[in-house]
Amino acid sequence: MAIYGTALLALCTIIGVALGEALGLALHVKANVGGVGLAMMLLMAARSWLARTGRLTPQLRLGVEFWAALYIPIVVAMAAQQNVLAALDGGPMVAIAAVLTVGLCFSLVGMLGRLGGAASD
Amino acid sequence: MAAKLLAEQSLLIAFALVGALMGASALVSRMLFRGRIHASAIAILAALALAWWGGVVTGGKKGLADLPAFAGLALLGGSMLRDFAIVSTAFEVDVGEARKAGLLGAVALLLGTVLPFAVGVAVAWSFGYRDAVSLATLGAGAVTYIVGPVTGAALGASSPVMALSIATGVLKAVLVMVMTPVCARAMGLDNPRSAMIFGGLAGTVSGVAGGLAATDQRLVPYGALTATFHTGLGCLLCPSILFLALSRLV
Repeated sequence: MAIYGTALLALCTIIGVALGEALGLALHVKANVGGVGLAMMLLMAARSWLARTGRLTPQLRLGVEFWAALYIPIVVAMAAQQNVLAALDGGPMVAIAAVLTVGLCFSLVGMLGRLGGAASD
Repeated sequence: MAAKLLAEQSLLIAFALVGALMGASALVSRMLFRGRIHASAIAILAALALAWWGGVVTGGKKGLADLPAFAGLALLGGSMLRDFAIVSTAFEVDVGEARKAGLLGAVALLLGTVLPFAVGVAVAWSFGYRDAVSLATLGAGAVTYIVGPVTGAALGASSPVMALSIATGVLKAVLVMVMTPVCARAMGLDNPRSAMIFGGLAGTVSGVAGGLAATDQRLVPYGALTATFHTGLGCLLCPSILFLALSRLV
C-alpha cells in the first residue's frame, strides 16, 4: 500500500524534526538542530531494513518516491513565496558570494581528482 | 463565488500554477537554451521573479502567496511539505553505492559544505551583516538553495535574509549548470570518481544534474549520488555545528 510509504516518510520526518528540536533545547540554541538531516538518516535506515527483510514493495516505494518527485515543484512554490523585493537590496552580495563559491569549488574538484588519481594508480 | 472557490481550492490552484510554471520553464529551457540550463533552475528563477512581482503588487512579505488566488503556495512551499519532500529524496540513496564513493567523496562533501559556508559568511560579513543568525543563513545559502532556507527557518532568520540566501543558492546552481560543461576538461571531469567528487563539492542537486547532463549524461547518477548527501549534510551541519562555531566567533 502506497500509504505505508507516505506514513513511513511522515513518521521519519516527524521523529527527525522532533529530535532536531530536542537537540536544539539540549544545546541551548533557539533552533532546530539538523532535524531534516536526522530524518533523512532515519529514512535511509528504515529503507535498508525494509529491503533486508523483503518488505520493500513497489507500492510502498511509490508512497515515498512520489514526494521525492515533487521535491523540485515544492522548492519552486517555496521560491514563489519569498520576500524577493527585500532581497534585491543586497544584489551584489548574492552575485559575489555565488561566483566566489563556484570558483573555489570548481578549482578544488581538479585538485582532489588528481589527488585520488595518484593514490589509486 | 469566485473568492470562495479560490479560498477553498487554494492548494489545488498552487499545484496547477507550479505545474504550469514548470512546463513553461521546460519549454524555455529547450527552445531558448537548448537544454543547457536545467528547467528546474529556470522555474525557480521564474518563481523568484513572480515573488518579486507579488511583493510589488501587494506590498506584503510572502511574495506571490500574498495574492488571495495564490495563497495555496504558502502551504505547498511551506516548511512542513518542504521538509517532507527533502527527507523523501534520501530514499533514493543506496548506502552500498554511497560507500564506494569512499574517503574522497566524504572529503569532497565536507569541503563542499564548509567552504561555501565560509565564503558566504565572509561575503555577508563584508556587506555589513553582524548577527550570527543572518550570517549563518547567508553562508548556508552558498551551500545550496535548500540548505539556506532550512537553516534560516531553523534559526529564525528574517524573510529578506532568507530570500537573499535562496537567491545565492539559485545563482550558484545556475552557475554550476552553465559553467560545468565549459570547465569539465580543466576539472578532469571524465570518470565516475571525479563525478562523485564534483557532486560533493559543487553541491546543488539541480546544478550538478544539469551541469553533468550537459557534459556527459553517463556521469549524472555518480554526481547526483554525492550531491544528494550534500543537502542533507548541509541541513545537518549548518544550523548546528557551523552555526555554533560561528556564534562563538561573532
